[in-house]
Amino acid sequence: MTLSSVAAQVMWNRLISIVEEQAQALVRTAFSTSVREAGDLSAGVYDAQGRMLAQAVTGTPGHVNAMADAVAHFIRCIGRDTMAEGDVYITNDPWEGTGHLHDFTMVTPVFHGDKLVSFFACTAHVVDVGGRGFGADAHSVYEEGLHIPIMRFADRGTVDQTLLRIVRSNVREPDQLVGDLYALASCNQIGVQRLNDMMAEFALSDLAEIAGFILDNSRTATLARIAALPRTTATGEMTVDGFDTPITLCATVTVEDQRIITDFTGTSGVDPKGINCPLVYAKAYACYALKVAIAPDIPNNHASLEPFEVTAPADTIVNAVHPAPVALRHIVGHFVPDVVFNAFDQIVPGVVPAEGAGCLCNFQVSLRPAPGAAEARRAEVLTFNSGGSGARPGLDGLNATAFPSGVMTMPVEATEHAGPVIIWRKELRPGSGGAGAARGGLGQVMEVGALPGHEFDLQAMFDRGAHPARGRRGGTDGAPTVITREDGTPMRVKGKQFVPEGGRVQMAFPGGGGYGPASDRPLSAIQRDVARGYITPADAQRDYGLTQAQIDAAEELDP
Amino acid sequence: MAQDGIRLGVDIGGTFTDVVLEGPDLFASTKVLTTYAAPEDAIVEGLQRVCAAEGIAPSAITQIIHGTTLATNALIERRGARTALITTEGFRDVIEMRSESRFEQYDLNLTLPEPLLPRQPRLCVRERVNAQGEVMIALDEAEVATRIDEIAAMGVDSVAVGLMHSYLNSAHERRIREMIAARLPDVSVSISSEVSPQMREYERFNTTVANAYIKPLIASYLCRLEARLKAEGVTADVFLMHSGGGIISLQNAADFPVRLVESGPAGGAVFAADIAARHGLNKVLSFDMGGTTAKICLIKDQTPKTARVFEVARTYRFKKGSGMPISIPVIDMVEIGAGGGSLASVDALQRIAVGPESAGSEPGPASYGRGGDRPAVTDADLMLGKLDPAAFAGGRIALDRDAAARALDTAVGTPLGMPPQEAAFGVTEVVDENMANAARVHAVENGEDLSDYTMIAFGGAAPLHAGRLCEKLGISRCLVPPGAGVGSAIGFLRAPFSFEATRSVYMRLSAFDADTVAQLLAELADEATAFVRTCDAKAPIETAVKVYMRYAGQGWEIPVTLTPAQAGAPDAATFVARFEEDYAQLFGRTVAGLDIEVTVWSVNASTPKSPPRSMPESAAQTTLAPHQATRQMFDPARATTLEAAEIARRALAPGMRCPGPAAIVEEETTIVVPASRTALCHADGCIELSLEGAQP
Repeated sequence: MTLSSVAAQVMWNRLISIVEEQAQALVRTAFSTSVREAGDLSAGVYDAQGRMLAQAVTGTPGHVNAMADAVAHFIRCIGRDTMAEGDVYITNDPWEGTGHLHDFTMVTPVFHGDKLVSFFACTAHVVDVGGRGFGADAHSVYEEGLHIPIMRFADRGTVDQTLLRIVRSNVREPDQLVGDLYALASCNQIGVQRLNDMMAEFALSDLAEIAGFILDNSRTATLARIAALPRTTATGEMTVDGFDTPITLCATVTVEDQRIITDFTGTSGVDPKGINCPLVYAKAYACYALKVAIAPDIPNNHASLEPFEVTAPADTIVNAVHPAPVALRHIVGHFVPDVVFNAFDQIVPGVVPAEGAGCLCNFQVSLRPAPGAAEARRAEVLTFNSGGSGARPGLDGLNATAFPSGVMTMPVEATEHAGPVIIWRKELRPGSGGAGAARGGLGQVMEVGALPGHEFDLQAMFDRGAHPARGRRGGTDGAPTVITREDGTPMRVKGKQFVPEGGRVQMAFPGGGGYGPASDRPLSAIQRDVARGYITPADAQRDYGLTQAQIDAAEELDP
Repeated sequence: MAQDGIRLGVDIGGTFTDVVLEGPDLFASTKVLTTYAAPEDAIVEGLQRVCAAEGIAPSAITQIIHGTTLATNALIERRGARTALITTEGFRDVIEMRSESRFEQYDLNLTLPEPLLPRQPRLCVRERVNAQGEVMIALDEAEVATRIDEIAAMGVDSVAVGLMHSYLNSAHERRIREMIAARLPDVSVSISSEVSPQMREYERFNTTVANAYIKPLIASYLCRLEARLKAEGVTADVFLMHSGGGIISLQNAADFPVRLVESGPAGGAVFAADIAARHGLNKVLSFDMGGTTAKICLIKDQTPKTARVFEVARTYRFKKGSGMPISIPVIDMVEIGAGGGSLASVDALQRIAVGPESAGSEPGPASYGRGGDRPAVTDADLMLGKLDPAAFAGGRIALDRDAAARALDTAVGTPLGMPPQEAAFGVTEVVDENMANAARVHAVENGEDLSDYTMIAFGGAAPLHAGRLCEKLGISRCLVPPGAGVGSAIGFLRAPFSFEATRSVYMRLSAFDADTVAQLLAELADEATAFVRTCDAKAPIETAVKVYMRYAGQGWEIPVTLTPAQAGAPDAATFVARFEEDYAQLFGRTVAGLDIEVTVWSVNASTPKSPPRSMPESAAQTTLAPHQATRQMFDPARATTLEAAEIARRALAPGMRCPGPAAIVEEETTIVVPASRTALCHADGCIELSLEGAQP
């Protein structure tokens, strides 16, 4: 049969809705707070060849290409001929999944009669996979936890109990992890049911025709956006703190007729600590950066992603190969868009923002009783926080908002229930946004201590201490990360650091870079910033040249 | 409740103010254009009309129940009072920093909604309560006095007070309120431990600020309304519908105006629940489609689903996360930008897009001939023969088919190379699909499968689309009740007086403290009952206890209902058993070995629900409804135009049936019966669309 154009339109919408429903089911049933609170997950539907047709829009650009590529690995490793109804496949392989052992991917084949017609896949970040725990301390992936190669989780409906016993005996929170694995499997099952309903409603026996419609339209639309770009090449680079030694990221973006190639030649080599990034994860963020710049409205699928090619020499920090440690691969991954933007800005000016805070400002607090303390307890408390995003052409950066990641922070009151920790302060950091015609987004300040009777280790996962976000086109840099003790003693931006009972850590997270010369910023915007306290009167004088009278006028402004 | 008296239901909506008068032997309803400058004017006009229609004096009315979009609109349009916030030092920016995430991942030029209050009037005081409710830093009254001086200098009318962990220990908030009242008696004060005593500072502070922001406006409106009604000779008390589907007194509403948010749609859900009760339906999907939005709500066991957080004032294509959270007991529904006025276009991928932009009433859809040249859903409905151009709105608006065809052709047909008829088909399919998708996702969020649900459809546009929506959702039965056009106002008259008191107190079941629990539940019951008593001094009051529980470490709680006996003598084993029972029901299985925790405790006090009106005896056997005319009507499931019977709804007597395709025409709308369905007129006037007896 030939699909009417209206039916095809409806089915495309339906597939997007099905994967959103699949993702929603995962949020509702998962155990890990990273999935439920922060939205660190993804879900997608594929045709029989393993080409992604639709993906749920979730908080994690890092999963985008990884998910798109993953199903092909599953087909190759499992063998198409051996697949059967009721099967569910699993892996947490960093290189064939989504970049570190903490992400589990599950794939479920869909049959129509005897015919394999589709796959559903989903990924979620779990709390623990054993090993050294979530941190940069491992020297190889073998120390980072349990590795599950691509294999069957369920064989014709029967879950592999041997696998579950091995999983249970290797992780710190076995019930939660096993619960999460079931949640992943059941969200795929919801997708399978909805797809079967759709195929019955439209009397389809396979997805070939609708896949063709989706992929052809997406390819055409994406290629049209690429065709509108100048055929040229440009290189962007950026240096960030790294763990012990700075890392330089270097991306060369080349626009051709039918594709855009991003190559990372020139990027630093792998680090001895677990901040390395498998190529699949760097590729996801490179692709996200280009897509958000030129084709933000085209849904993610095989054809809309295919024209974005990403290459990197082996053993660079963006193409760490087995067995490099990769647990905190998000730090490098989150910086990739800024580097790609630095190149893209030379190809098409006036689209991309200045550099921003980049990686999330996450830290973990390991609390324990102080010597001699009674009524104290142990607890692990993890928080996600954001600095400022880079200023955009004509728009200020976003204050304390994650970019490129899209995850959420946890409420302070919820964090304080998770352990004997006290967050004394969590508010905007005045003056931290780079000056410019558009101001960089403000970072934030936090102050963290423990309840009486406790001491703690702070596991810092920050960056931009010595390498703040740079302004673009005349904008100035955002403020760097500064971590100190309550008495001003400096602390390191990465690694585990001890804080005795009564001690506090003061953290100032980075602001975004400014865009365009500060002299172009309208007086009214500067005065509003002074009135709101986004910048201090001294900043206004130094960065924007305001007179005392103009500053006084700002402070009189009506809110 | 004075069920036997004469009662007036009043719903102020965005376009129309609906007024319904109901008594033992009388019923009248009317729609008056909403008068934005003085909303009470439309109410008085409607009051006069329905009283005249039934020949009664306003003084004969015994009770008035009122719901309004004024609170919602004031938040959307930022028309609130000059307001200040006093908060804990270190947390000045909570309402601005939100969840620190972007609600749209693929927009480099995203702007986040501005907080209700800019930074300047957000003031801090040094004080701190910890997560155990213990004071770590005492309140410095001298500093508070200084802040109050600053507030006085700003000239604000309303103050919100939101301090960390105040839901556990409200002493500091209460003391600040006392000090403000003493120094600035004319300034109204809202404290977070009263407005929304729940954990999660962003939601609690924002809700409190929203309450403070609209309090002077709503209080003044309610005061004017009371005076105007008195001048009209009304002696009855006025009560208000709240977002949770119950009724509160005028004074409660003035103190906690944020509870009026979305009270109109809540009335719609109560209306559907009442129809469900009358028909003995336990699984109902309420579908309310008007001019701008469609509201979808699940009604199980004749009770609308409720939630504890609602998002208002979405700024970005109705996208989740682009508005602001209001943490109050609400009827849980999804609202999407899909109505009769929703505009259609073609996007960059050559896909048809419909809504959320709406043609509104001015200029309206192209076919209204009032200057609109962009195609709306109504235009597509007209092209497909679902609407009679001569009989729209009781014949008051003549629809221009050519104008609809031109608009559809320009905006959709030409870009996609489709004739206007096919473009119209595409537009209605996309809007129906959007609504079906929203319903499916909402069902999944609630762990429900819609296939055994019955739809109840009301609102001006719903009957045109309900049949197709049922086909898409696999729902085999749909009811279109009489009075569908003023469903929310009728719903107000079916709602009980009710108030839900909630408290956020964390307790692991491994450390269960029965005495604390018993005392907490008793306090909540007293608080909720006292509120209801202010509305009705005599009626029996029922309380229902719900505790929100989860496995320790999870982020989502599930509500677990306790019987009065279980709540009266709480013990850990019962809590575990009840949680596991409900968890398994929702998610298929429980998880062994994890501790369970309670996060929120809630007691709802309520007067009894009005008993469902008895169902008249149904006709012994059905007869085929006679029809005078036929029309050409497109059937989307069959993708072709069919000859459809045309029947006036008033000509349908109980027991008459009418196989699809058919159009059942009434004053305010048309019920479209697809070829796959048969319509049957019930004894109470409901029209049922069902698969039963449909033509093969």
